[in-house]
Amino acid sequence: MRSEKSNRAPLGLKVAAAAGLAFMHVPILLIFLYAFTTEEKTYQFPPPGLTTQWFAVAWDRPDVWAALTLSVKVAAIATGAALVLGTLCAAAVSQTRFFGRETVSLLVILPIALPGIITGIALRSAFSMADIPFSFWTIVLGHATFCIVVVYNNAVARFRRISGSLIEASMDLGADGFQTFRYVILPNIGTALLAGGMLAFALSFDEVIVTTFTAGQQSTLPIWMLEELIRPRQRPVTNVVAMIVVIVTFLPILGAYYLTRDGDQIAGAGK
Amino acid sequence: MTTAVLFDNISRHFGAVRAVDRVNLSIAEGEFFAMLGPSGSGKTTCLRLMAGFEQPTAGHIEIFGETAEGVPPYRRSVNTVFQDYALFPHLSILDNVAYGLMVKGIGREERRKAAEDALAMVKLPGYGTRRPGQLSGGQRQRVALARALVNKPKVLLLDEPLGALDLKLREQMQEELKSLQKSLGITFVFVTHDQGEALSMADRVAVFNEGRIQQLGRPEDVYNQPKTRFVADFVGSSNVLTAKLCQRLGLQASFASLRPEAVAIAPAADGALSLSGTVAGRSFLGATNRIVVDVDGNRIAVASPAAHSVPAIGSPVTISFAARDLHPMEDA
Repeated sequence: MRSEKSNRAPLGLKVAAAAGLAFMHVPILLIFLYAFTTEEKTYQFPPPGLTTQWFAVAWDRPDVWAALTLSVKVAAIATGAALVLGTLCAAAVSQTRFFGRETVSLLVILPIALPGIITGIALRSAFSMADIPFSFWTIVLGHATFCIVVVYNNAVARFRRISGSLIEASMDLGADGFQTFRYVILPNIGTALLAGGMLAFALSFDEVIVTTFTAGQQSTLPIWMLEELIRPRQRPVTNVVAMIVVIVTFLPILGAYYLTRDGDQIAGAGK
Repeated sequence: MTTAVLFDNISRHFGAVRAVDRVNLSIAEGEFFAMLGPSGSGKTTCLRLMAGFEQPTAGHIEIFGETAEGVPPYRRSVNTVFQDYALFPHLSILDNVAYGLMVKGIGREERRKAAEDALAMVKLPGYGTRRPGQLSGGQRQRVALARALVNKPKVLLLDEPLGALDLKLREQMQEELKSLQKSLGITFVFVTHDQGEALSMADRVAVFNEGRIQQLGRPEDVYNQPKTRFVADFVGSSNVLTAKLCQRLGLQASFASLRPEAVAIAPAADGALSLSGTVAGRSFLGATNRIVVDVDGNRIAVASPAAHSVPAIGSPVTISFAARDLHPMEDA
């Protein structure tokens, strides 16, 4: 039971909380606001006028579409690869015991702890040493390094909650390894994989640092935005694209949050 | 009679640990067989060897005449009721019970009917649409039983099946399991650490300790004539009399067992043996009083009917028992 007295926060705390939230979110609102400004060369405040013309302009710009498709493709393929590899890795670490298991577990998580710039430089020198030309696939490889971690982390947590006897029960009842995966493991880790996949997609979609080191001539959406900022022409188009990025990355993260929260009832039931 | 399960000199070592050490046993078809022992005695490993979750380090296993080594669990005509029931949390009760039929490719209608029949058999008709999380422990136990039996196994393995239930439910399930086994005629092999459960349910009991079978026989024999000191102590906590005390009673043995209920606090009648000592402790157990008598440093427990008077602690008493109740044991 929570004490009745502590339910009401003092005014000072409320103000501090509001200030903190404002500090984090007002700049994002400004980005949204400038998507509607009539002034295209500088970001002047307050905007001299409001217009929705930049949405149409952005729609007609082929470079926006090229960057957007590239980003979606990279994120989709990197997430797909991460789902397969991350799940296999999580299964190995949580269901079996072998020499160096803890070390493998740590090494898998390490890429997300490393600064992106280190990962980027490392990958770049590895690619040039192996004479791999920078292309779409080098970007995918770069993104997969941190996408795997996100999937792995989600999957391993869920795997640990599946009791080992569930898998044995399935085998005992006549299911081979594939059937056990299909009918018992997958339904129990499904939401964790979906959540991990969504997070991985969102991470890949707005990644800049690793991409700058592993991309060739192509620009993903965030790289395109970075380049666009130094050009004085049609500036609000960048803001329109930024709004899209926020929506595309925010929705999966929100979804992942709800999926993993509900996961308690799915995997934990009956235990 | 057909042999259902045969263990020929089976060992299972985990590194330096000999979980199962040269075990020989033969379980007959239709038998209710109990493997009794403390935790870590190797009984559960034996069950897992039968189920196929473990492979023997050495030795040979046959299930209904067929070699079992190297055969995966999903190709054995054996099903298991797990200690934690291991019901699939994402499936309804009906789908749980029908799981074995589903992976064998049996049609939806047929397996639905079979699962409903199995649920009726364990007295849970109409529970099919619920989820495992909505059932009580006793109900989950029944579902686990139905899920195993629906596959018509030749041998049903039960791993501490009643361990998680409360006393009342446990006694009720003991009777139900026994009558279910009688009516189905399936060989039941069950693992337990509860000697009362093993003695009351099983046709034969194997008592395990440190990876080996200490004694294998009918419950009466194991109870009345424990072969080793361990069995005497573990099954019904017999008194273990040392060689010196045996000699005093005219018995040549390194150890002898004496059941507390075979001893009376009374002077010896004709032909009975007697010892004198002082009362060292007493406790009320309901139907009996447990009185511990100190005979020259040896503690002998006496189960005395509750109606009899209880001597005070420290008072001198004479205990007596028939010579045939004193059983010599091997030195182990």
